[in-house]
Amino acid sequence: MRSVHRLSTEGGGFVPPSSNDFNLPPVFGNSAYTTKPILLVFLSVLLVSVFFLLASRKAAIVPSKLQFAGESIYAFVRNDLGRDVIGHEFMRFVPYLFTLFTFILTNNIFGIVPLLQFPAMSRVSFPYVLAIFTFFVFHYVGIRKQGLRKYLKDIMFMPGVPKPVYILLTPIEIATFFLVRPLTLSLRLFANMFAGHLLLLVFILGGDHLLKGVIGLKLISPFAFAFGIGLTFFEFMVQCLQAYIFTLLTALYIAGALADEH
Amino acid sequence: MIHSVHLAAEESVNPLIPHTAELVVGVIAFTLLFLVLRSRVVPMFEKAFTARTEAIQGGMERAEKAQLEAQRALNQYNEQLSKAREEAQSLREEARVQGVAIIEELRTKAQEEAIRITASAHASIEAQRQQAITSLRNEVGALAVELASKIVGEALDDQARQSRIVDRFLDDLEATK
Repeated sequence: MRSVHRLSTEGGGFVPPSSNDFNLPPVFGNSAYTTKPILLVFLSVLLVSVFFLLASRKAAIVPSKLQFAGESIYAFVRNDLGRDVIGHEFMRFVPYLFTLFTFILTNNIFGIVPLLQFPAMSRVSFPYVLAIFTFFVFHYVGIRKQGLRKYLKDIMFMPGVPKPVYILLTPIEIATFFLVRPLTLSLRLFANMFAGHLLLLVFILGGDHLLKGVIGLKLISPFAFAFGIGLTFFEFMVQCLQAYIFTLLTALYIAGALADEH
Repeated sequence: MIHSVHLAAEESVNPLIPHTAELVVGVIAFTLLFLVLRSRVVPMFEKAFTARTEAIQGGMERAEKAQLEAQRALNQYNEQLSKAREEAQSLREEARVQGVAIIEELRTKAQEEAIRITASAHASIEAQRQQAITSLRNEVGALAVELASKIVGEALDDQARQSRIVDRFLDDLEATK
């Protein structure tokens, strides 16, 4: 992609990275299923599975280092995101939350792993898929728990509110539960990863471009690279945080659906 | 889809439009990971957690039980000790009381004995005195009669004779004694 731009702007000015930089061609073959994001997603499944299978294989009382590392992540999701948020029925949802967290985290961190360097979650399709899963999970849980009628009634006519307020509240509530929640969930993750990757591209490609310029620009180039490196650390934080937020919100939605009143 | 990939170089594509291939892969990949983690990883970690909790709880329970046991033993010993002390105290008290009683009894007995001995001594002395008086009286009477008859029998005219009679009488007396 870059090279295409480079060629077309031979001798010309700097072409800033754009959303087109996220549409990567197939790594091999000519299939839409062999693009970099898709391969990365499969790689993440493989890595997470292998890591946790190895870590949990022995299930020893006194854990090895590997088991301890796996357990720490698992316990974090299980206790801080599951038990503390959902309450006594949390164990049913731990596998889902755990998968969500590890899947998003790994794919996010791919954004700063050398050679891979692409956050799969900056492809909006994946956050969409995850948000849709969460959407179905928490609605299903609510309907199972309270019955379809009561669940919908509670959403549309929140108990304990004066009747005239429903004119205002009901559309907001419906929009919140069926549109805003999945949309914000997926777009927050997508936009963070997208913007973060774009920022890194700007500074690193920019530094690269400055290096090709006149002597004065060459001197500025290291600053651009240094900033790019600094941002990489910042990105790492954002990547972890976004995985956490996505999982936390999912847990909160499930907890809300399980609660008797919203 | 492939088409759009190639197009991307030429014109800007809205990044919010999802790709079918990615949607499919997303669903498959996530489901796959979910199944693996749910069936293999979560149960194993839960098993480890449960085992660990049990191990810790078991240890704590054992320690608690041992402590309880020790406490109970200590209480028992203390109780026994205080009981023994009380018993000793009561024994001492009893002994003291008994001692006093024995002394008192002995004293009374001794007094009684003394009184009895004194009384019997008195009685015996009295009896002997009475006996002595009786026998004395008899003897004195007899002696007096004897003496009188002797005196009357003999001639009481001269002094020498008279004194001889008395001396003879006294000598007789002494001889009979």
